[in-house]
Amino acid sequence: MNEQKKGGFFSIGLVRGVLGYLVGMVIGLALVTGIRMILGLTPTTPWDPQAKTFFFIEGAYVAGAMLGTIGFMLSVGVVGDWLKWMRGIETPSHPTDAFEKGSKRYLSASFDHKVIGVQYGFTSLVVFMLAGFFALIFRTELAAPGMQFMSLDSYNTIFTLHGIVMIVAILLGVGALSNYLVPLMIGANDMAFPRLNAFAFWINIPAAVTLLSSILLGGLETGWTGYPPLSQTSPSLGMNMFFWGVYFAGLSSILGSLNVITTTIRMRAKGMNYFRMPIIVWSALATAIIGLTATQLIGLSFQMVSFERLFGMSFFGPENGGNPILFQHLFWFYSHPAVYVFVLLGLGTISELLPVFTRKPLFGYKWVALSSLAIALVGFLVWAHHMFTSGMESYLRVPFMYSTLLVAIPTGIKFFSWVATLWGGKLSFETPMLFVLGAISVFLLGGLSGPPNGTVSTDLHLQDTYWIVGHFHATMFGGFVFPFFAALYYWFPKVTGRMYSEKLGKLHFFLMLPAFYVQSLGQMQVGLLGMRRRIADYDPALAPQIEFTQLLVTIAAFVIGLAVLVSVVNFVVSAKRGKVAVANPWRSRSPEFMLPSPIPVHNYGDNPFEVIGEPYDYGLAGSAYVSIDPDRAPKLKEPPVAADPVPAGAD
Amino acid sequence: MKKYIHMIVAAVLVVIVAAGLIYLLDNGGTAALLPEAAAAQAEPIDSLFGIEFKVIAFLFSLIVVLMLYSIVFFRRKKGDETDAEHIEGNTTLEVTWTAIPLAAVLFFAYLGGQSLAETLRADPRPEIISVIGQKWQWSFEYPVDSVAVDKVASPVMYMPVDKQSILYLSSRDIIHSFWVPEFRVKQDALPGGEDFVRTLRVTPTKEGVYYLRCAELCGQQHTTMIAEVRVVSEDEFIAWRNGEVAKLSDPVAIGQSVYENNCKACHTLDGTQGVGPSWLGLYGRQEALTDGSTVTADDAYIINSILNPNAQVVAGFPAGVMPQNYAEVLTEEQINALIEFIKTIVP
Repeated sequence: MNEQKKGGFFSIGLVRGVLGYLVGMVIGLALVTGIRMILGLTPTTPWDPQAKTFFFIEGAYVAGAMLGTIGFMLSVGVVGDWLKWMRGIETPSHPTDAFEKGSKRYLSASFDHKVIGVQYGFTSLVVFMLAGFFALIFRTELAAPGMQFMSLDSYNTIFTLHGIVMIVAILLGVGALSNYLVPLMIGANDMAFPRLNAFAFWINIPAAVTLLSSILLGGLETGWTGYPPLSQTSPSLGMNMFFWGVYFAGLSSILGSLNVITTTIRMRAKGMNYFRMPIIVWSALATAIIGLTATQLIGLSFQMVSFERLFGMSFFGPENGGNPILFQHLFWFYSHPAVYVFVLLGLGTISELLPVFTRKPLFGYKWVALSSLAIALVGFLVWAHHMFTSGMESYLRVPFMYSTLLVAIPTGIKFFSWVATLWGGKLSFETPMLFVLGAISVFLLGGLSGPPNGTVSTDLHLQDTYWIVGHFHATMFGGFVFPFFAALYYWFPKVTGRMYSEKLGKLHFFLMLPAFYVQSLGQMQVGLLGMRRRIADYDPALAPQIEFTQLLVTIAAFVIGLAVLVSVVNFVVSAKRGKVAVANPWRSRSPEFMLPSPIPVHNYGDNPFEVIGEPYDYGLAGSAYVSIDPDRAPKLKEPPVAADPVPAGAD
Repeated sequence: MKKYIHMIVAAVLVVIVAAGLIYLLDNGGTAALLPEAAAAQAEPIDSLFGIEFKVIAFLFSLIVVLMLYSIVFFRRKKGDETDAEHIEGNTTLEVTWTAIPLAAVLFFAYLGGQSLAETLRADPRPEIISVIGQKWQWSFEYPVDSVAVDKVASPVMYMPVDKQSILYLSSRDIIHSFWVPEFRVKQDALPGGEDFVRTLRVTPTKEGVYYLRCAELCGQQHTTMIAEVRVVSEDEFIAWRNGEVAKLSDPVAIGQSVYENNCKACHTLDGTQGVGPSWLGLYGRQEALTDGSTVTADDAYIINSILNPNAQVVAGFPAGVMPQNYAEVLTEEQINALIEFIKTIVP
């Protein structure tokens, strides 16, 4: 049972997957090139990066990416059971991993939601640092007027990739939190569909490879929003790699969301009605509802432009009866709700952690829970506020202004609830709490910079400027980055069995918060004064007013990068050599803290808990949330079962 | 009793901080944040900005002061393992802080609608200017009432002060966007011809030179897609326009105007490397093409390069970048004038 699968380098899922990608890619390239030869069309072009021709034609590279992705998925080890079912072979209801432990386990297909959660989290941090690295490159270019070391082309490619790679990093982080936490917090032993879970994680890898291959195939000049006609006529083959990379990453979102919704609806512990779930599960549910229903639209809109490029179709090309504004409607119909996918779990993290660090109930739990659903719902009705200057019907801008401003109501409910939770509490300031408090103030800044954009007339000045860049960075940092770090520090002892370094955690925070404020306020200021976004150099007429702020913003970006590095060092070193953690370092009432650290493979095993009280009744004498709470629940008949605990630090 | 003291002190602090920020905004703050206002349309927008910034200041103070107050005064004492007071919620408070923001939001949306309507207000008989964007330059066309020509094209946008101009925005290729920060208003310029022309009304109020900068990412040279806007007195404006009409009898001058309004962004005249080949010494020289052949740059070649840009691409340059619809944009006369102009570009 405990025998680790023998096997060398080539038994690792990731390695097999990469080989599978290469094989699929070669087949795809050969297939299209071969078909073209048979049809008498030019099979290849000269290799000339200047002229943006790369030997194989664009359609061949697209086929290569698609078959490469399929090849990866067939080889990494996630579809084995499904193929068996197709052949009538039965399998155990919960699949076992190829490796029981160790780094090989994490680099291969695992069906344990906790391993998948860590895989998502680790990949998220790596991808986040890559996107951050891109930002540091172009921020260095922007530190002073004039072009220093980048070309206009490479600049466009790097900031486009910064945008989309960050979005992928955030989706992965959201996946990490949902997948790791939801089953644990509702008392389930895994997600409803473990194989789908593994599939949804692993498809992100070929998606990312495809996306990043755009650098080698001509770069990107459209920004992550990929508006046609530019994205249709742009000579770069990388454009199609961008479209299909995002398409497959979107598939991950959809499948993961399906899993979260089913798990939450069907697998809650006894006594856990919806209003007795941990609040973060409400956020995960609202996030998954959006992910399941909206993501299709970005896939669709990108697919349509891809077909315009490959097959000469004209959905958005006015010369053949198409309409460029149609793309924007289709694109933003997903991409606006998407931003709520990015932030709802972060906001849920804030709501989840505040009671623990204030020793006070979450104020107005029901209202906070429903506000997540309300944000998800209203979030579907506002997309055209990204299009106020697009040339869509002028009158249509007014109803979208009303709906956009309305999102402030459920968001405000959250802010007021957080303040009311803090008020009169008994606050302590460990690293997770610092990041929660930072998140609240940063998300506040981001949220408050929203209404000027949501109001049409002021948006006429602000659209496509650095004010917008400041707005969305503040909402992303406040709604994802700060809370994500809060969550990482908070659950670190539970995941690894060891404590992170509190000193380094505080260093991370006290570097990142002020630096981020400088960055954010700087961006908003230069935007108001007239700096457009997505430009490689600022207009000479404007330079004197903004160049000093630009320098400050660049320095701030580097400080943030340094802070993130500090956290990564903290996580990596503490996982191996941190002080062994107690099961419940935060004296939380939440069920996952009643289990040993790290959590045993089968979570609650055969002894799931029963919900016997409200989740956040801190201060209510004699109350417990779950029946397995050793400190608060009435004398337990048997101690909580820990099936197969893995000793702390064993790796 | 103690609870209410905390609430009163915190409330006073919120008022002080908010009032302080609002005072700063009113006394130069908002003005320092925005560029100078140089159009009538900027007025309703700036006054709405003023209100928005104050509301932001108030709400930011409210939440952050209360948070900081809690961080200072509601700390857990060392060694205290007990919980805080068990307060689950307060329905009255919840309803209040839902209803008041709801009313405020609806009010501000209403103000927003009013302000938008103000920027769209149409004056009778505005000056008509066609604004044409293309990768990567702007050109401006003014209808004129002359026997020889019906419009005048200029790479610089002249506007009469204190008179409304109605801008007809369009693009020759992809989406661009018209924005002069001092005018505030912005509108995308769309390709697709008549059905996609969009209008913007601008009434400049201060003479001077401003910059129009493309505000929708349009590819490689988006950064430098900038044009000069000259706001002049009405008399100066009319004099300038008449002068442009006069110039339009000399083919080389017409050709030069065509160059400045259509080709300047990608083709240099002095030999420096641009997005497309430089025109210095172009007429009559031997050009090497991407298919390996060599061709003489005569009239036929130049005309073909304009009308079918992807048919004969010069080696070292990518296909698919030069707009392919010049046949609809330039008349035969303009193309011939352009060739006359090209003949004069010699080292």
